[in-house]
This record gives sequence, C-alpha cells and structure tokens, in this order.
Amino acid sequence: MLEKNINFVEAALKEYYFNNFELIHVPSRTSEREFGYQKFNSGMTRHLTIKNDKDLHFLLMTQMPSDVYCSNACYSFPNLPMSEKDWKEAELIFDIDAKDLKLDCRKNHTCFKCNSCQCINEQSSKCIKCNSDKFDVISVTCQNCISETKKEVQKLVQVLTEDLAINKEKILVYFSGNEGFHVHIENSEYQTLDSRERADLADYIMFNGVIPETLGINRQNNSKMLLPDIGEKGWRGRVAREIFGTKSKRPKIIQEILLGGYSAFQSRLEEMRHTIGVRIDPKVTMDIHRIFRLGGSINSKSGLSKILCKDLENFDPFSDACLLGDEKVEVLANYPISFRLKNKKYGPYVGETISVPKHAAVYMICKGLADVTQ
Amino acid sequence: MLQLGIKELAKYPFLAETGDYLRDKGFNLEQLSDPDWKPVVEKAYGRIVVATTGQIYGGDIENPDLEILSFVIGIILLKSAGISTLNRRFSLAEARRAERYLEQGLNALQKDRTILENLKLKEESIQSSLKIIQDLFSIQVEMEDDRLKIRIADYLKRAVHFNEREWKLVNRQVESGYVYLSSHEIVRLVRKELDVYINSKIQSVSVSFIPETFRERVGDLVLLAKKFSTTVIVSSDYPPCVKHAIEVLDKGENLPHSGRFMLATYLLAKGQTVEQIAPLFKNAPDYNERVTKYQLEHIAGSSGKGTKYVCPSCEKLKSENLCFAIPECDGIINPVQFGTRRKTNA
Ligand SMILES: [Zn+2]
Ligand SMILES: [Zn+2]
Repeated sequence: MLEKNINFVEAALKEYYFNNFELIHVPSRTSEREFGYQKFNSGMTRHLTIKNDKDLHFLLMTQMPSDVYCSNACYSFPNLPMSEKDWKEAELIFDIDAKDLKLDCRKNHTCFKCNSCQCINEQSSKCIKCNSDKFDVISVTCQNCISETKKEVQKLVQVLTEDLAINKEKILVYFSGNEGFHVHIENSEYQTLDSRERADLADYIMFNGVIPETLGINRQNNSKMLLPDIGEKGWRGRVAREIFGTKSKRPKIIQEILLGGYSAFQSRLEEMRHTIGVRIDPKVTMDIHRIFRLGGSINSKSGLSKILCKDLENFDPFSDACLLGDEKVEVLANYPISFRLKNKKYGPYVGETISVPKHAAVYMICKGLADVTQ
Repeated sequence: MLQLGIKELAKYPFLAETGDYLRDKGFNLEQLSDPDWKPVVEKAYGRIVVATTGQIYGGDIENPDLEILSFVIGIILLKSAGISTLNRRFSLAEARRAERYLEQGLNALQKDRTILENLKLKEESIQSSLKIIQDLFSIQVEMEDDRLKIRIADYLKRAVHFNEREWKLVNRQVESGYVYLSSHEIVRLVRKELDVYINSKIQSVSVSFIPETFRERVGDLVLLAKKFSTTVIVSSDYPPCVKHAIEVLDKGENLPHSGRFMLATYLLAKGQTVEQIAPLFKNAPDYNERVTKYQLEHIAGSSGKGTKYVCPSCEKLKSENLCFAIPECDGIINPVQFGTRRKTNA
C-alpha cells in the first residue's frame, strides 16, 4: 500500500478505536491467550500476551495495527514459541466466507488489478495495457453474497443446536469485517477436541464423507423400511426432507431410489453437500493454534468492523459494520463496478477524483480501488 | 473405585480390586512353592499359550478363584520370562476377553430387566460394565429407551483413529449431543485403551522372587517366544513404511486397507509367499484367516483373473499418510527399490 494511503487509513483506524473502546475487549481467560497484530506492509507479530482492556487499547493507540488477532486456544504459556506454549483447550470456531460459496453473482463484482501497471481489468488472462498475467483479485461484496452466507450461518446454527446440543446463547455470530461470518462457540464440551477430531466434526457439519448405508441404501437387498423418515433427527431427517419433500410424493421417489441403486444414490448424496451441507471453511475449524480476528476490530481488507450480529436476519454489514467517520475526503478512484455503503451507491469510477465520506474512502483504499489525493 | 463381586472380578482380574482380593486371601509368593498350586500354574501357563496364538482365552467365571489367581500367576510367569512380545500378546488377548464381558453387560442393560433370570447377577454385570467404562475411560454410557448413547466428544476422541468410513461421525446417528451406538461398537471404541491399561498393569508389577516350581514353565515360555518370533520376519532391510505397517499389525492395531495392500505387494515383490505373509495379519482387529488368504492370493494374481498387483509408489503412499521416509529413502520412487539403489556420485 502507498505510504500516503497508509498514513490516511492508520489515522482513520486510530480515531475509530479512540472513539469506540467500548466495542473492543480482551476475551475471557485473557492471560491464557496468545495475541497478535499486523501493520500495513509488514508481517505478523505473534506470541504476545495482553493483560486487560487497558493494555489492548494502549497497543491500538501506540502500534496503530492494521489488524488485531487473538487465539481461540488457551495456553499455559501463550507468549512462548508454539511448541512450548502447552495447549490446554480451544473454543470451537467456524468461518463462512462468501468467496467459498462460488455464487453466480461473484463475477459481477470481481475485477483484476494488474501487478505491474496497476490498471484494472475485467478478466484475468492478460492485462489490456501491458500484457502482464499477474493480477490481484479485487472483489466487493454484494447483498446477494451476504444473504447467501447468512443462510449458511443459519444452517450451521441449526446443526450446532440440534445435533451437537450447543446452547444458543453460547453461539456468537460475528460479521467477519469483509465477506462473511465468524461463529464462535463459548465454553462447550468440544473445547478439548484436537485438530483431527475437529476435522471429523467439520466433515459432519459439511455433510462430507457420508456413505449410502447411513441412509439405508446398501449394495444389495434394499428395503424401503431402512430409508430415512422426514421426522427423524440429524442428517437422516434432513436428507429425507430434502428428497421427499411432501408426503404424497414419497412412494414414487422411494421407487426411483430403489431402482436407481447404490452408486446413483451415492452421487446424489455427494451433490447434497452443496445444498443441505453447511459450507464452512474446514481449515479454520481444524486449526487449534490459530489467532483469529478480534471482535470489535477493523478488518483492513475493507475498513469494516468485525462486529457481533445480535439480529442476523436484519443485519446489514454495509451500514451496521461501517463505523468509520463521515467527513469528506478526496480520492482518485478507479473501479468499473458499483457498491453500496450506508445506503449510498458509489461508482463505477473511471480514474475520477471524487469527494466521499471517510468510511467510503477507507473502503476503497483498503480494497485497492482508490488512492488519497494528498 | 468399584466394589465388585468375585464373579465380576473374575471377568476383569486386571482391576486394582484384585490387590484387595489377594490380601483378603492372605496370598503371598512364598506359598506358591507348595505343589498344591501346580494346577493354577498350569492354568496360568495355558492362558499365556492361548494368548500367543492370537486366540482369546475362554475362561470359567463359575470358578472365580482359579480364574483370578491364574491371571495373577500368569503375570508372574511373564515377568519372570521378561519377554515383551509375550506381555503384549497376553494383554491384547486379555483385553479381548474383557471386551466380551463388557459387551455382555451392556447387552443386558438393553433388555427388559423384568424378565431376566438371575436378576442380581445380571444387574452386577451391567453395573460393572458401566463402571469400568466410566472409571477407566471416562465415558458415561447412557440409555434412552433401549438404545445406548455416549457424548459426541467422547466418541470423536476414539473413532477418529479408525479408518473405516462407517466410523465417521456423519455416518452415525447423532442427536442432541449424543452418538447412538450398539454395545459392540462402544466396546470396540475402548479396545485400544483397554489393551494399554492391561499392559501398563503388567508393566507395573514387580516380582522379587520366583518360586522353584515356576522355573520349568518360565523356560517353556522363553522357548515359545523364540519359536513364535520366527513367524514374523522383520528385516532391517525393509523400508520404513513397511516396517511401520508390520509394527502396527504386530501391536494388534488397525492398519488401513491401503497399508495392508502396500505390505502385501511389497513382500510378494520380495519373493515371499502368501503362506509366509498371511501370519502378519493375525493380530489385526478384524482378522479372518480365510478372507486374508483369499485377498492375498488375489493380490498375488494366483486366483481369479490373475492380475498381479504391484507395490504403490512412494508418492501414492505419501498421499495416504503411509510414508515415513528416512534419509536412506533418497532417490527411490517405490518402496521395492529401497536398499538397492546406491548413490552413484558418492
Ligand atoms: Zn498491466
Ligand atoms: Zn455477490
């Protein structure tokens, strides 16, 4: 990022933190957590300990980090190197990101910034100006992306509460600050699970690795008695509701399944991963040594806040998580696609100098779509 | 800890209660020199011999004193012989024997208890199964209607070590924080821990004095171990992946099918016969002699269509987490090349 952009964004973030200390807190069991942060154009500083909110706020003011992280794990010695930390347990976490959902809308709000001449391309084969083939992918998020990721979060919450018996009050849904949601589970019986065990739990949630026998379809001698019923709990019930729909269609569909045989049913289950399975990022759930973006902090990929969603259905990240100031700032913007922030439409811009509110200026600079003019 | 009746202790003689039992009986090592003890020593010896063949000692809990004492004396014999493979096989066989009783106890739990005969005995067998699983492995088995269930986290911690897809959580019946399992499946989950527990018990015993009357049988055990160690040829010339596979099988742990395939194709490529290879699989948790022979013959190309299978490449084994490369593996692309390549520019 350009020096002048960094100075501007750092100042905007510092102002946000100064005015919003009540939004950003250290988590429980503070002294057992590993903290880390990043500054613009530099690497990650990890293995830190922070005692309390006051120390955290001090760090935000003095270091002016672009991003702040904290472990979901608790350690005996969080500031020692990983092999000496002595891992105790880790909260269960889930990451649902719009870019993993492969939505059709994606191509409408994605463009490619050439690495050598910085010009914006709509395709990623060859730069229209300099023929280079190295690009940064730039994407803004649309309402459709957000509503589709919300659906995944709702599916996740359903599996967590019904199948895993996790109390709803313990499920904290955060907007990630960019393109999706982070789900934190406070204090559950699953905290002691290791990485491999979490991987199998993730497969469960994603409906990965299911075999037809589980749904009552065997390689031979099939009987409709073994097929799932829509009233059943867990995945059998979900599969039944997905394939049978209403009661009246059931006999006909059962006939088709029994005639279709094992491998046809297997591929059908495979496809169902995308419809009834929850599309979490399993790598995040499996990683028990991760430092994870701290709630209340700004995501430097967008300038939006990672913020708790108390009412997911009505949550609108483009206003509820857009918490930087409104003062006008002049930027040189270059972006062929429009986006909305705080109910105002921006773009498309073709190398234009424009005056926009600070939150929009930071958003565009963080996305690599604009530069400050001074 | 549990308070078990003597018949229950006869099923699980590796429990700490056996110590109390021996104290109550006034048992001491010196008295074992008495010829009256000969039948118990013989039974103990038999118990070990059965274990070394990979079979499960049947036992007779109608005669609980003999049952408990032959276990204790078995350990004294093993300690005197001091051969760790014998200890391992003994603890494995004893674990399998205990599994049967644990399963029986859980089965009794699932039945309508009002129509059971010998209600008191059945009740004891249920309680000891539940308590052993709870106290030794910290798993609480609960019952709902006639179904058994355990917490999901307790399930995952064990089931992830099994490779078969039916053990994946997604292929289990899961409801409200529980996994529903059969009695057999619950006991299967704790097999490894039970074996480790019994083995650690054997390790922890120290024998200060060996009665004269034991010497002959101790000598027999040493001979037995020699004879039986020749059935498994572990050559130092084997590549680490093959050694690892043999070790896993030898410990009675589960080796995935891809691992068994690698082992079989490797040894066949090295000129061993199906008859020589088959005994390697004897300790596998799901061993079946006929099936194993059939599968080996199939891989060797001596049955069916006669396709001969070759050993998978190092790359393939890496992707299946079966590769344990060491510096000597440098420059080979298939385990069968191990030890045959020499660095040309050395
Ligand atoms: Zn270019
Ligand atoms: Zn979209």
